[in-house]
Amino acid sequence: MSVIIDRRLNDRNKSEANRQRFLRRYRRHIRKSVDNLVRDRSITDMASSGKVSIRRGDLSEPGWRHGSGGQRDIVLPGNREFNQGDRLDRPPSDANAPGDGQGDDSEDDFTFVLSRDEFMSIFFDELELPHLLRTETGAITELKAQRAGYVTEGNQANLAIIRTMRQAMARRIALTGNARKRLKELDTLDDDDSEQELEEQSATDAVRDPRSAPATTGGLDIAAEREALRQQIDKVPFIDSIDLRYRHRTFVPKPMSQAVMFCLMDVSASMDEHCKDLAKRFFTLLYIFLSRKYERVEIVFIRHTSEAEEVDEQRFFHDRATGGTVVLPALQLLSEIIEDRFPPHAWNIYGAQASDGDAFGADPEKSRHWLESKLLPIMRYYAYLEVGSTEENQLSTLSGVYQRVEQDNFAMNRAIDRRDIYPVFREFFSHRAEAPAR
Amino acid sequence: MNKQHSLGGGSQWTFQLLDDYDREIAAIAVGEYGLDCYPNQLEIITTEQMLDAYASVGLPLSYRHWSFGKAFISHERSYRQGASGLAYELVINSNPCIAYLMEQNSLPMQALVIAHACYGHNSFFKNNYLFQQWTNADAIVDYLVFARNYIASCEERFGIDAVEKTLDACHALREFGVSRYHHPKPLSAEQELQRLKQRQEHEWSRHDELWSTVPLTETSKKRSQGETIPASPEENILYFIEKHSPKLATWQREIVRIVRRMAQYFYPQGQTKVMNEGWATFWHHTILNRMYDKKLVSDGFMLEVLTSHTNVIAQRGFDQHGFGGINPYALGFAMFTDIKRICEHPTDEDKHWFPEIADSDWQTSLDLAMRSYKDESFISQYLSPRLIREFKLFALEDDETKPWLAVDSIHNENGYRRVRQLLSAQYNRDTMLPDIQIVKFDRDGDRSLVLQHKQFKNRPLSNEAESVLNYLHELWGFTVRLDTVNTKGDIVKSREVSNQS
Repeated sequence: MSVIIDRRLNDRNKSEANRQRFLRRYRRHIRKSVDNLVRDRSITDMASSGKVSIRRGDLSEPGWRHGSGGQRDIVLPGNREFNQGDRLDRPPSDANAPGDGQGDDSEDDFTFVLSRDEFMSIFFDELELPHLLRTETGAITELKAQRAGYVTEGNQANLAIIRTMRQAMARRIALTGNARKRLKELDTLDDDDSEQELEEQSATDAVRDPRSAPATTGGLDIAAEREALRQQIDKVPFIDSIDLRYRHRTFVPKPMSQAVMFCLMDVSASMDEHCKDLAKRFFTLLYIFLSRKYERVEIVFIRHTSEAEEVDEQRFFHDRATGGTVVLPALQLLSEIIEDRFPPHAWNIYGAQASDGDAFGADPEKSRHWLESKLLPIMRYYAYLEVGSTEENQLSTLSGVYQRVEQDNFAMNRAIDRRDIYPVFREFFSHRAEAPAR
Repeated sequence: MNKQHSLGGGSQWTFQLLDDYDREIAAIAVGEYGLDCYPNQLEIITTEQMLDAYASVGLPLSYRHWSFGKAFISHERSYRQGASGLAYELVINSNPCIAYLMEQNSLPMQALVIAHACYGHNSFFKNNYLFQQWTNADAIVDYLVFARNYIASCEERFGIDAVEKTLDACHALREFGVSRYHHPKPLSAEQELQRLKQRQEHEWSRHDELWSTVPLTETSKKRSQGETIPASPEENILYFIEKHSPKLATWQREIVRIVRRMAQYFYPQGQTKVMNEGWATFWHHTILNRMYDKKLVSDGFMLEVLTSHTNVIAQRGFDQHGFGGINPYALGFAMFTDIKRICEHPTDEDKHWFPEIADSDWQTSLDLAMRSYKDESFISQYLSPRLIREFKLFALEDDETKPWLAVDSIHNENGYRRVRQLLSAQYNRDTMLPDIQIVKFDRDGDRSLVLQHKQFKNRPLSNEAESVLNYLHELWGFTVRLDTVNTKGDIVKSREVSNQS
């Protein structure tokens, strides 16, 4: 009588769409929460899921309900000591009652977990990849062949045989159609005639070659016409040069899907652990950001004191080196590496430089010049982050000079605390309303 | 020694076992006790699917809206943290009656759930007068499909945001989309589609730009003068909006209608919580005990069933930890059990209080009670002094003008009737929801809408009232005003949202 149905294999994520609706509606609130998370998170688990909370009041679904006040009769179970007419002190109203969860305001918050992807998508909300537009439509260096239909001229290797034969057949049908029709008519006429004759002949038991039939009654005309038609048909060639069709290819710009990111850092003694930590956070953000936009992202670490060298990540962040600070060799090394391994037409090149801003002598000017003339023209973006431990109003030597760089794809900013990194990062890559390429 | 029991199975269920148990339960419920049920459809689902079903207010499907997502997230979180368990079952008032059984229930639990949902709730849905008058079990699933598709198509045409805005406004007024006295026509997805088409066609055929340039003639102006709209106050606010809103587009009217009809569908459930759960609990208890008596199930089976049963009907005192109001399962189960007791073994007190059912056939009396009452009337009819004593019920009077709370009555001779009356009133819709009705629509003037809130025992509206009024204004498009009137008929507060603000 009852029907039992196993629904366990049915779609399980019926509510996912509603969940997305929820996230969509409260994106602003969630972002605030995410910002806090980012501030406190360690780098290694930046790209993971996260718990966010929203004030419950912000999510209310209002309705007309009775408020507090007026008269109310409440029936409750479990009376032990009350008698009719007893008077009790009014308990403190719920709103400011110290519940047992006091000190933990999570009761008032709506807390839930964002998946990794949801987290990252909010994390990068409104961050636009700088100059991505240009990469796609502007100075494209790599092209990709793409099919684009058929053309009448081309290389023999590209001959589209089927298309050509179709073309030829259409032409033949068009040019010989009338002649064939007429020929068919003649044939049927002929058949009728011969049958008639056959009947006549059978009476005399004389068998005649049917081929000679046209020779009798007006057959001469018919034969001639038939011959003319045949010739007409034969004159139409089986294949003609106007039938030929070739596969056509056009070349479309191919968006580059790979990027290289250069991390430059001053590791001289003046850069303490705090500064390095800030730099590391910044580089991590940049890396996560780029790896969302590009299929493949390479990282090159260049550290420098008075000399520059390419190192692995471990040494980059953790080895101490001693010496003065000269920036130029690092930039020169960067140029060399680009030349050797990352041709600008195949790679989107990003640079990020972190330093405490110390520089001496003619080095900053030379560096700026190198940057402006050699590097910026071939790079998508170059960000200079000045990290420091103390609040200083005065510009450092390096940033004073860098400030005069005028290219669009150069940006600089200053971070003092871990909390600053994310806003600074956002500022670097914030959506550029005034993007000139558009 | 292990007693012989004819239905096998340990704690693991199989489809074969479910089928066997269902057959035996049906034999007892329908065969022996004569319960009248819709055909059953048992669906085995996983935890995730149960969470999904929770989010859409227990319906198998629903249109998309963020509030369902919010419900889902919060259920999921509390479930994953172990703060709350999931219901063992969910049952839908449809024909056939769809019951969801969770995959990880043990066999005894599945049997309990089958008895509870598929025969208890099921027979209640089919026979209680409120459900018979207000819902149409045959059509609900089709209607849900219609609603979801319609709203999805609106989202495609008018954008998610526009639809969401309309739905938010409707949801805020959802509880006021119910007619209590006027019975709605039964649901039918097919008719609904047809009506929709007609409405559109009518509008197209009627639309003519020229008409908008023709000035109103004197006669047409006169005709409408002096006529008040609505003729009598209208309690179904969403209905009024659907029919009379000067501003809404056709698709918005349809959305109002969908929300309104869903609210109407749920109306009886809110009115019969105690009875419905009590009835189902009473029957799973009776049926499973009968199975045990027939030696169909083992001792271990019965122990597990009783453990869950006891948990379900636990009622904590008002001052105990974890008190969450009166447990409808506990009260309902106790009342139906008590009616049976009064029928079979009445005391003198019972004979005095319930002369009409004492010593009557308990099945007939119980059946009558199930069919003809809702919570409010059921309690005022059947709550016995004995139960009042058992639950140790007492009534408190909370009057904001007095600095204290007064104990109005307790479980003694003087108090029985008073406690019963007050408890019954607690299930009255007016106690739960404020009484707000539309009293005036100025159709030929500024098109403003006036609503009246009649205070119930001087209780004001909660702070959310303004935001709901804003939603109403959004749907109405012109000035809306909400007057709060006290018991004497004086306007004590007036809220207004006009186009300028």
